[in-house]
Amino acid sequence: MERNRELTCIVCPRGCALRVTLGDMGEVLSVSGNACKRGEVYATDECTNPMRTVTSTVLCTDGEVTPVRTERAVPKALMNGVMKEINSTVLNKSVTVGDVIIENVAGTGVNVIATACKEIFTK
Amino acid sequence: MSEIKSFKYDLVIVGGGPAGMACAVSAYEAGLRSILIIERDAALGGILRQCIHNGFGLHTFGEELTGPEYAYRYERKVKEYGIEYMLNTMVTAVGADKTVTARNEELGIFRIEAKAVALAMGCRERPLGALGICGRRPSGIFTAGTAQKYVNMMGYLPGREVVILGSGDIGLIMARRMTLEGATVKGVFELMPYSSGLARNIEQCLNDFGIPLKTSHTVVEVHGEDRLTGVTVAEVDENRVPIDSTRELIPCDTLLLSCGLIPENELTLGAGLTLDRRTGGASVDMNRQTEIEGIFSLGNVLHVHDLVDYVSDEAAVAGAAAARYIMGAVAQSVAFDVTASFGVRYTVPQRITELCDLTLYFRVGAVYENKTLTVRFGDKLIYSRKCARLLPAEMQTVRLTRDKLAALGATSGEIKVGLE
Repeated sequence: MERNRELTCIVCPRGCALRVTLGDMGEVLSVSGNACKRGEVYATDECTNPMRTVTSTVLCTDGEVTPVRTERAVPKALMNGVMKEINSTVLNKSVTVGDVIIENVAGTGVNVIATACKEIFTK
Repeated sequence: MSEIKSFKYDLVIVGGGPAGMACAVSAYEAGLRSILIIERDAALGGILRQCIHNGFGLHTFGEELTGPEYAYRYERKVKEYGIEYMLNTMVTAVGADKTVTARNEELGIFRIEAKAVALAMGCRERPLGALGICGRRPSGIFTAGTAQKYVNMMGYLPGREVVILGSGDIGLIMARRMTLEGATVKGVFELMPYSSGLARNIEQCLNDFGIPLKTSHTVVEVHGEDRLTGVTVAEVDENRVPIDSTRELIPCDTLLLSCGLIPENELTLGAGLTLDRRTGGASVDMNRQTEIEGIFSLGNVLHVHDLVDYVSDEAAVAGAAAARYIMGAVAQSVAFDVTASFGVRYTVPQRITELCDLTLYFRVGAVYENKTLTVRFGDKLIYSRKCARLLPAEMQTVRLTRDKLAALGATSGEIKVGLE
């Protein structure tokens, strides 16, 4: 039996209203309402394996925090594991935008990278 | 007594956020070299520094960046071009004669004579005092942006049990952020019958975490002596008056306010300019030049944008125009007023004084479905497009070309933007 699912696309600020038709096994049969190709990819992922980019901060040895993000989207179900690992990391060296801070976070195969430059002065 | 120090620059830019930096970069690329950015914070970047979430830059850079990364792109350009900037420096006055008064620790009070001034001070959040909520004033009540600064820049979690009033984007973003950091967000309450945030943020910040959004609801009372202990919420009727029978107490230790942004225009008013009541910003022409020649206004101080990408676009237009103005290349050739008619709350720019390609920005006043957006000059239709759905939260744009304006066969009159 076919069934429909309504989604709001989160790929860009336009926020298209998507309609996905799913088959018996939950497979995606068609996507409509999307203004671009990326909407179709989003809708397919969202119905099979939802993905999200996680952004947060890490604590630094100087007591400040600095912003980070996952380099790509990670499975939504693993977001909490990603947050746990980010929150147990302490940055002890200076970084520039794009530097890897955690490799293969929570076993996702995705790195956590710095999104700002941060200087840490060591004595 | 020694005299206060005095400097001379061609272009002084007040504010080193996204608008100020994009303006400086664009003025430099248009050939200007004597440029000074004045920033009151300890770093360039403005509010983007605390907006660590992603979603910025799709339009400008074709990729999805976080706020700090977006700011970094511009900061690198500023440094690469050798554009001068002062940090920890507060501008206290801008004169109609383009004299800028500022102060910092190193120079004390000082003055700059500029040939042009770009106002890029950004905006502020509507505070508790402007909302008329009953109760005492315990700690635990923050604007969403203040909470964002605590969490993202200072590393403090301001509370554990959170209620959010207003569905502005910063409130939605903070609902997700505080949830990820271990707080419980009990709900977002919005006075209007529709959300003021982007649809994608309702999806990824609320729905992802099962946080309820209740429209046509508001907080009517806050409880607690030293620390907030709870809030009373109620549904409102079509006149936005709370319905007593729907009052409900929600225990919480934190209330975040995401109830709108107000352009920060004290310096603009001090220069003798008046504000457009609908935008809360100056009234400008397509170059973002205000009613005082050589004073420009751009970014969120002019009108509140929902995307930083649009701020950058607008600031680039203003920066290039400021450079042309200083080089004596701006001449007024036409005098069209741009006005809002049915369904449209405001337009920016408010005037067109040169025949050129330009973008009109505007917002609708309510939710409209299946309307035709039109731009008319008298009985001439300049532009039209069909719109399935128009939301007040989403700024709209219309591109007008030089040829279309020239084809009007007039040099003055009223250009009306409206829904039909």
